[in-house]
Amino acid sequence: MATDKKTLTGYVGFDSITSQIEKKLLKRGFAFNLMAVGRSGLGKSTLVNTIFASHLVDSKGLLKISENGQPIQTTEIQSISHIIEENGVRLKLTITDTPGYGDQVNNDNCWEPVVKYIKDQYSSYLRKELTPTRDRRITDSRVHAVLFFIAPTGHALTPLDIAVMRRISEVANVIPVIAKSDSLTLEERASFKKRIKDEIEFHGIRTFPYADVFVDTEDDGQPLNDDERAERQLINAVRDVIPFAVVGSERNVVVDGKAVRGRRTRWGVINGIDGFVENEDHCEFVALRNFLTRTHMQDLIDVTAMVHYEGYRTKQLMALKGQSNN
Amino acid sequence: MASSGASFKSGGARRKATKKGLVFTVMIVGASGCGKSTFINTLCENPVILRKDHADAEKAAQLKTIGLAPTTVELDEDGLKLSLTVVDTPGFGDNINNEPAFEDILGYIEHQYEEILAQESRIKRNPRFQDNRVHVLLYFIQPSGHSLREMDIEFMRLLGARVNVIPVIGKADSMTPQELNAFKKRIMEDISHYKIPIYDFPYDEEEDDEETIEENNELRSLLPFSVIGSEDEVVISGRRVRCRQYPWGVVEVDNSKHCDFSKLRYMLLSSHLHDLKDITHDVFDDDDEQD
Repeated sequence: MATDKKTLTGYVGFDSITSQIEKKLLKRGFAFNLMAVGRSGLGKSTLVNTIFASHLVDSKGLLKISENGQPIQTTEIQSISHIIEENGVRLKLTITDTPGYGDQVNNDNCWEPVVKYIKDQYSSYLRKELTPTRDRRITDSRVHAVLFFIAPTGHALTPLDIAVMRRISEVANVIPVIAKSDSLTLEERASFKKRIKDEIEFHGIRTFPYADVFVDTEDDGQPLNDDERAERQLINAVRDVIPFAVVGSERNVVVDGKAVRGRRTRWGVINGIDGFVENEDHCEFVALRNFLTRTHMQDLIDVTAMVHYEGYRTKQLMALKGQSNN
Repeated sequence: MASSGASFKSGGARRKATKKGLVFTVMIVGASGCGKSTFINTLCENPVILRKDHADAEKAAQLKTIGLAPTTVELDEDGLKLSLTVVDTPGFGDNINNEPAFEDILGYIEHQYEEILAQESRIKRNPRFQDNRVHVLLYFIQPSGHSLREMDIEFMRLLGARVNVIPVIGKADSMTPQELNAFKKRIMEDISHYKIPIYDFPYDEEEDDEETIEENNELRSLLPFSVIGSEDEVVISGRRVRCRQYPWGVVEVDNSKHCDFSKLRYMLLSSHLHDLKDITHDVFDDDDEQD
């Protein structure tokens, strides 16, 4: 039965539902879960601290040494949550910083702890959903975005990077990022980006935003309206910039009399790192930050729930059904 | 061929280069993207190693093994001829499992010792035999800013037992001076802690003169050498400069305030060349003969 649109003869006032929802949401607060993955020494922790303008994680770079002189690697994945507030909007931000992989001689299956962690969050959410008496509001610990850090080699992706990125992209939203991009000249950066995009496409790795997943519009074969066209345009624009070339810093330099995040070398000062100085030539941090926080945060959460989690849930429930049939 | 400005001194207080045509072999090891090939080209002042970026993703995916490719270049400085052989190791350290690649490298080094032994044991020796023993191995460390990775420790330790190893930080322009100093310090602490054998400019307090001792101490304090490579020359204020141009500034290869490249080059090809060769022949090769 199709519902048809009727025209109103007077003002009813149900359009205030948006502000009713907003009030409730503001009270409830929002949650966003971000994970950083990449080889060690790429500045993952530093960048995360820069995005949210606060010191949220400590760099776990240094190897620990055991009694017999052999180095121990920390392979535990730890999450840290902080509540940050802006203009009355409370955000519970959970950062999962993974210690770098790829340092060992044999790195087989180094992606397993990360993939397991992501799946564990889905598993825990599913269990809470299926409990007879469940919480009114399930705390969402599912990873909404995985920043995948690529070393600025200027060549191509390594077989190890491809293997790890592929496996993670099968279970969560992966956003590739070129780390420490201040070691690349502008030409090198452009050709490196192109090469990475080609490799990602060749290996069939799906990175966020997906060219074929639209959260707010239905692909029903009808011609696109303005909103739908705008959404697709935005997605294409972002896919063009990705991978974001970033530089991180927790130290300040003075630019035009202001203290901003920057890196001071013997041959110049790199700024544009924190968005106070917008300098795309130096670093695409602003684009990444806006993407994560100002335009696509809700999309990341929605796609995680509607696509990745759904996929996991379907598999699990079918398996359960199969077991109960036997 | 542009001169790098460092004059070719004949080996400190020790040996004089009496023969024309010195032979020297350098091996470069490290994960890809550390600037190894560019370093080689910068060192030889010629595009010796061509860009290995396989044309597209498809070809790159098909490539399985790394290739150990020795290339020889004739250098001539102030009349002294040097036949420099560079062994590049593309693809090392990039794979999921790097043991096979590592064994290839160690095998190559051992093979050269075996060849020399076989040659010397011959009754009728081949006059055109080429001595391909690796006199020094430059191990490129990624500029992570943290410390040595487990892979670095394992490899340097095993390689250092068979060849002179000198640790080098590639793409050093990705770090600020403070980060670089802290990084160098941590690496040397790791090297000392894990007892990794490296070539650290040894001298004899009794025998060597003060100038040599001072020179060696200075070089030792620079370890690991920070390098930047560039094959592009740009004219800046009337001078031709090898450099990298960023939006925020220009990094010069030969400027010792920017990196240690010029000191490393001088040390390798001039002041310490003979010492490196001597140690290779007397210490490392000797071990082989006694087996």
